[in-house]
Amino acid sequence: MAFSAQTEKYSGKMGTLTFGSGDQALTVGGQASMPFAAFDGDLPNKAVIAMEVYDVVNPEWPAAVVEPFKDVINDPVAWAKKNVEEYGAKAICLQLASTDPNGEDKDAAYAADLVSKMLAAISVPLIVWGSGAVEKDAEVLAKVCEVNEGKNLLIGPAVEENYKKIAAAALGYGHAVVSQSPIDVNMAKQMNILINNLGLPMDKIIMEPSTAALGYGVEYSYSVMERISLAALAQNDEKMQCPMINDLGKECWKAREVMLSDKEEPGFGPDQEKRGVLWEAMTAVDMLLAGSNLLIMRSPKAVKLVEECINELSA
Amino acid sequence: MGLTGIQIFKLLPKTNCKECGSPTCLAFAMALAGGKAELDKCPYVSDEAKATLSEASAPPIRGVQIGDKKVGEELVFYRHEKTFINPTAIACLVTDEMDDAEVDAKINNLNTVTFERVGLTLSADLLAIRNSSGDAGKFEALVNKALGATEKGLILMSDNLDALEAGAKAANGKGALLYAATADNCEKVAEIAKANGASVVAKGASVEEVSNFTGKIVAAGVKDVVLDTGATDLKSMFYNENQVRRAALKAKNRDLGFPTIEVICDMTDDPYKEAMLANVAIAKYAGIIVMSDIDKERMLPLLVQRLNIYTDPQRPMVMDEGIYEINKPGPDSPVIITTNFALTYFIVAAEIEASRVPTWLLIMDVEGMSVLTAWSAGKFVADAMAPFVVKSGMKEKINHNKIIIPGYVAQISGEFQEELGTDWEVIIGTREASDLPAFLKGL
Ligand code: B12
Ligand code: SF4
Repeated sequence: MAFSAQTEKYSGKMGTLTFGSGDQALTVGGQASMPFAAFDGDLPNKAVIAMEVYDVVNPEWPAAVVEPFKDVINDPVAWAKKNVEEYGAKAICLQLASTDPNGEDKDAAYAADLVSKMLAAISVPLIVWGSGAVEKDAEVLAKVCEVNEGKNLLIGPAVEENYKKIAAAALGYGHAVVSQSPIDVNMAKQMNILINNLGLPMDKIIMEPSTAALGYGVEYSYSVMERISLAALAQNDEKMQCPMINDLGKECWKAREVMLSDKEEPGFGPDQEKRGVLWEAMTAVDMLLAGSNLLIMRSPKAVKLVEECINELSA
Repeated sequence: MGLTGIQIFKLLPKTNCKECGSPTCLAFAMALAGGKAELDKCPYVSDEAKATLSEASAPPIRGVQIGDKKVGEELVFYRHEKTFINPTAIACLVTDEMDDAEVDAKINNLNTVTFERVGLTLSADLLAIRNSSGDAGKFEALVNKALGATEKGLILMSDNLDALEAGAKAANGKGALLYAATADNCEKVAEIAKANGASVVAKGASVEEVSNFTGKIVAAGVKDVVLDTGATDLKSMFYNENQVRRAALKAKNRDLGFPTIEVICDMTDDPYKEAMLANVAIAKYAGIIVMSDIDKERMLPLLVQRLNIYTDPQRPMVMDEGIYEINKPGPDSPVIITTNFALTYFIVAAEIEASRVPTWLLIMDVEGMSVLTAWSAGKFVADAMAPFVVKSGMKEKINHNKIIIPGYVAQISGEFQEELGTDWEVIIGTREASDLPAFLKGL
C-alpha cells in the first residue's frame, strides 16, 4: 500500500497568554496542533522556560543544583540577574518560599517589595509563585498585584480554596493568573470557569494541571495534559483552551534518585549532577510532549538541554 | 477487524445457503465484521478469502521478538486511550573496531546496570553489534564473543552481506535482528534471516522508501520486520515515528505495520543529548533505540520514564504490603501508615528519606489506591486498618505506641483509636507529604 503522509486537522485551537509588559512581554500558546506536530497545524509560539529563583533555599538541596548559583543564593535579585545574564533565562519565576507560615512566614509587604526590586533589576517577564499555603498565598499574591500594578505579572498558583482573592487582585491590577487543579481534567476545566466567571478573560489564565516528576506520577500529569490538549483541539472545548504551565523544578530536585549520593544508594551512579540534570530535563520534555507551553525549571544545564530540544523540534 | 461488512461480503460465495446459521451471506458478513461470528462457520469460503480475512484481523502493528524481548503490537497514539503495551527496547552498541576492554565494559554495563522499583527489575534489553570494520571475520568473532558474554537479544549490524550472514549463522536460533535490509538487497537479507531464524530491519532514507519494500521481505518468508525510516535527528525522528504509527493505525497500511528502530547513538555524540533523544523516542513510539552506553546516571531516569509511560492507566502500580525501613529506623523511631499505591509510597518515602529521620513505613494493601480514593472506597478505614496493624508485627519492633496516619483521613482517627485500643496511640499527620519532614523533625 502506497504511503501517504497523514495529517490531523483540529476544529479548535489553544488560546494564548501574554505576560510581562512592554517590548519584553512574552506570548505562549496558540497552537492548532498537538505538541511539535507542525505538520498538522500552526504552532505560532515556542514553549518558554522560566528559570526559578528562591527567596529562601531549603538546606536539603543537593550540592549539584546549588553550585550554579552559590554566589547569589542568598540574594534573589542577584540570582535572577545571573539567570538572565549568564544563563540566558527568557523569563524568571520567583518562588516566595519564605512566606510559608510553616517556615519563615515573611509577610505580604516584604514579598511585594521583593517583586518590585526584581522587576527593576531584570528585563524579562516575571512569574510570582506562592509557597503553596492556601490562605497565606491569597494574601501575599494580592499584595504583590497591588503594589506592582500594571506590570502584567503571572501569579499563582490559584486553587479552588483561594482563587477568588487572587483572581480579583489580578483583574484589578492588570496581571495574569495560574489556575491550578489536582490532576483531573474536569477540575482543570472547572477552575478555568470559576476564574473566568470572576471577570478575568481566558487569555489571562494559564492552567497548572499539577506537575509530577519522573517516577512520582509523571504519567498522571502526562495523560491529563494530553487529554486537556485534545479537549481543546479536537473537541473545541472553549473552557479548556487556556495554555498550560508546569512548575517542575521543585518536584524533580526532591526525588530520591536525585537527592541521594552513590554512597547512600549504591547503584544510582556517582555522577549525581548528571542524574539530577537529566531527571529535570526529561520531566520537562515529557511535559512539553504532553502539551505544556511554559516550564518552570531550576538547573541551567537542564534548561539548556530542554531549550535545544524545543528549538530542534520547532525548526 | 479492519474490514467492513461490505468488504467481507465481497469475499463470500453469495449463495445465501444459510449453512452458517445466518439468513444471507450479507448478514453473515455483518456478523463477522462485528466480531459476532467465526469465519469457519461458512464451509464454502475460499482459501484466498480466508487469507485476506485473517490478515485483516492481524494486529495493526506486528509484535516482533528479539531474544526474549518483544516490541510492537501497539494499538493507540495516546496512553490514556488504552495503554502502551510493549516498552521500547533499549540496546547498547558495540563495534568490531572497539578494543576488547571497551567491548567488555559496555557488555558488563548492559548486563549489570539494573534498578529495583515497585517489585520490578528495570534494565536495558539488547546488544547491538556493528561491523564497522567491514571485515566479516572480525564481526563473526565479536558475535561469538557476545554470545558467550550476555543473555540479551542481539541486533547484528552490517552493510556487508557476507559479514551479516556469518553473524546470523553464529547467532542461529537466538532470534537475532539483522540490520539492515535496503531496497536493493532486501530479498537476500530476508533469505539469510529465514535460514537462521532471525528478523530483519528494513532501512531506507524515508518512511515512503521503507514502505516500498517491506512487502518483499514478508513475501520472502520473513514476517518479523522492524523499520528504520532514516531519521538523523530529533525532528526527523519525531516526524517519522508519528507518520509510521498513523500509517499503521489509521491508514491500516500493512507495509508499515511494524515496530520501529532508532539508532540514536548515530544522531549525536553528546551523551546528554543522546539521553534526550531517547526520552522523546520512548514517549513517541519507538520500538527499539540503540544507545552508545548503558551508564547508571542516564539509565535510571530513562528506565523510570519508560516504566511510567508504559504503565497501564487502568491498573495502578502497587507496592507489596509490609513494613518498610527508611533511614535505618530503631525501636524509638516513629511509625507511619499509608496505602500500597506505588505513587503514594514513592512520594511519602522520598519525603521521609529527605528528612533523614529514621522511620518505619507501614504499607497496607488497598488494591493500589491513593489515600483518599482508598478511604472513599471503604478500604483505608478503621476496621480494615486496625487488624492489619495488629497482624503486621510492627509492635514487636518498637518501644513506643504511636502510629501516624495521613492528615487526609483525620476523620478516621477516633474510630481507629477505638479499634486499636490502648496498645496504640493514633496521631494525625500532615495532609501533604511535603510537610512531613518538618512534622517528623518536630515529633
Ligand atoms: C486518580 C484518582 C482516582 C483513581 C484511582 C487512582 C488510584 N490508584 O488511587 C480512580 C479513577 C480509580 C478513582 C476512583 C474513585 N475516586 Co478518586 N481520585 C483520584 C484523584 C484525581 C487523584 C488521587 C491521587 O492519585 N493522588 C495522589 C496520591 C499520591 O495522593 P495520596 O495517596 O493522598 O498521598 C498524598 C497525601 O495523602 C500524603 N500522604 C500519604 N500517605 C501519608 C501518610 C502520612 C502519615 C502523612 C502524614 C501523609 C501521607 O502524601 C501524598 C502527597 O502529598 C483524587 C483527586 C486528587 N487530586 O486528590 C480523587 C479523589 C481521591 N477520588 C475521590 C472519589 C470520591 C473517588 C470514588 C469514590 C468515585 C469518584 N468520585 O471517582 C472512586 C473510589 C474508587 C473505588 N470505589 O474503587 C475523591 C475523594 C473525596 C473525599 N474527599 O473523600 C477525590 C478527592 C476527588 C474529589 N475531589 O472528589 N479516583
Ligand atoms: S454458509 Fe457461507 S455461503 Fe452459505 S449463507 Fe453463509 S456465508 Fe453465505
